[in-house]
Amino acid sequence: MTYVLRIVATAYLFFLVAWPVSLVVTHTFDDGFASISSLLQDPDTVVALQLSAYVAVFSVVINTLFGVGISMLLVRQEFPGKRVLNAMLDIPLSVSPIVVGLALVLVYGGRNGWLGPTLAGWGFDVIFSTPGIIMATTFVALPLMIREIVPVLEEIGIEQEQAAQSLGANAMQRFWRITLPSIKWGIVYGVVLTLARSLGEFGAVKVVSGNVLGQTRTATLVVEEKYLNFDQQGAYATAFLLAMVSVACIVIVAIIRPKNHS
Amino acid sequence: MTSTEIARVRPARTPRRSGPRSTLTRSSGLGLGIAMIWFSALVLIPLAAVVVTAIDGGWETFWATITNGQTMAAIKLTVFTAAGVTVVNVVMGPLIAWVLVRDRFWGKSVLEVMIDIPFALPTIVAGLVLLSLYGNADSPLGIDIANERPAVFLAFLFVTLPFVVRMVQPVLEELELDVEEAAASLGASRFTTFRRIILPSLAPAIAAGAALSFARGVSEYGSLVLLSGNLPFKTEVTSVRILSSIENDNVAAAAAVATVLLAISLTVIVLLDLIQRRVAARG
Repeated sequence: MTYVLRIVATAYLFFLVAWPVSLVVTHTFDDGFASISSLLQDPDTVVALQLSAYVAVFSVVINTLFGVGISMLLVRQEFPGKRVLNAMLDIPLSVSPIVVGLALVLVYGGRNGWLGPTLAGWGFDVIFSTPGIIMATTFVALPLMIREIVPVLEEIGIEQEQAAQSLGANAMQRFWRITLPSIKWGIVYGVVLTLARSLGEFGAVKVVSGNVLGQTRTATLVVEEKYLNFDQQGAYATAFLLAMVSVACIVIVAIIRPKNHS
Repeated sequence: MTSTEIARVRPARTPRRSGPRSTLTRSSGLGLGIAMIWFSALVLIPLAAVVVTAIDGGWETFWATITNGQTMAAIKLTVFTAAGVTVVNVVMGPLIAWVLVRDRFWGKSVLEVMIDIPFALPTIVAGLVLLSLYGNADSPLGIDIANERPAVFLAFLFVTLPFVVRMVQPVLEELELDVEEAAASLGASRFTTFRRIILPSLAPAIAAGAALSFARGVSEYGSLVLLSGNLPFKTEVTSVRILSSIENDNVAAAAAVATVLLAISLTVIVLLDLIQRRVAARG
């Protein structure tokens, strides 16, 4: 029985994940490093990769600040509407990326958005521009950090901080010396997951970015573009680069997590 | 998603005294205010705009938009496929979690990493990955389901893989072996032990994972772009339908269909909240 289950699980994962993913790697290196190096010589692709990295960094920073703040409020404070807020923070996990894009366009669109024209009047374009891409990416990755930090905060309790407070530590000292070190690993996992999710966002970015070559085209949009233009090698190579980063993120988490668990 | 352990993710409910009360100080209140402004600007107001735009044209327009033949076909395909995939996940998820927790063999940690790959892999890359094995004239398996309905099923199966596994796994880890041994020593067969002891404790986690995987399936877009061909009445899913409305500058129609998807996600979130309350109340 044990063996049957083991074989079924392994075979399922092999056919669904391992084999397909490995094919992308072999396709990329069909003719050595040629496709990767020609990719990195294409200025538009390089700009797209840079934009993806830039947007991901923004999204990680924003979601880390927001995530740490809101998690501390949720765990340690009581306020009316807390349960509703708690549930709503999960919305981005189950909303279609296309709906995310549409929602942002409806509010921040330069022509007909609720706030877009006003912001455009101040010289601040959101949609079809980098801020829109950052907002879309931040939206889809929003719950990840919170889901990592909240359980850790609940586990550590507040006794240490109360002790520190009774010894005269102020709020800043308590946060930097006690809370932050104890949620450090939660934040690290959150950052890694947020980074992977942000680099890979496609649908929402497609709607808000306008997909302008060399300006608002991100790496994931390049994959689609190249594939549809029959540049399969280029598509596989770009996909390989993206896949490598996300697999690296997963492996990092897998390596550091168990140690912390025990 | 390495820690979707819902039971632990949310703050435990504190006993409520008469009416909602607040422990906010001035500075934490200010923090909450800033966080709420950001959350509203990013999530709540935009999503409200979708609903408002959808009902702006009146109920009849809304109804006509979503019952349009092509749209209805897309919604049906999406919901039925997501439901089918969820059924597969409800069977395979606990099975995989079981192997990961109870079995020991060489290479198990590789399986562990594989579970998370669909979550971290960019969806467009996921589509390309599946295409290279299952949708290619020179596929090593000789299978080519690109632009066919099974492709939609396959894509959903790939992207929803982690949800049930990652929900069930921590619960299974904390399950006491003593109880199972006691049942066995009292003469319960392995099947009875599984059905009467293990399954009831896993049920909330399975349900939560199923809800998440259904929601993810319904909202999927990226992995289908290259794989399913987006053929109307055949492989076009709801997200693609919304996108083509946006591209045709028909924002009202896009918003109407998006509202249907939002209603589904909201139902799932309420369901998750209820499951969690039940688990918290029991434990």
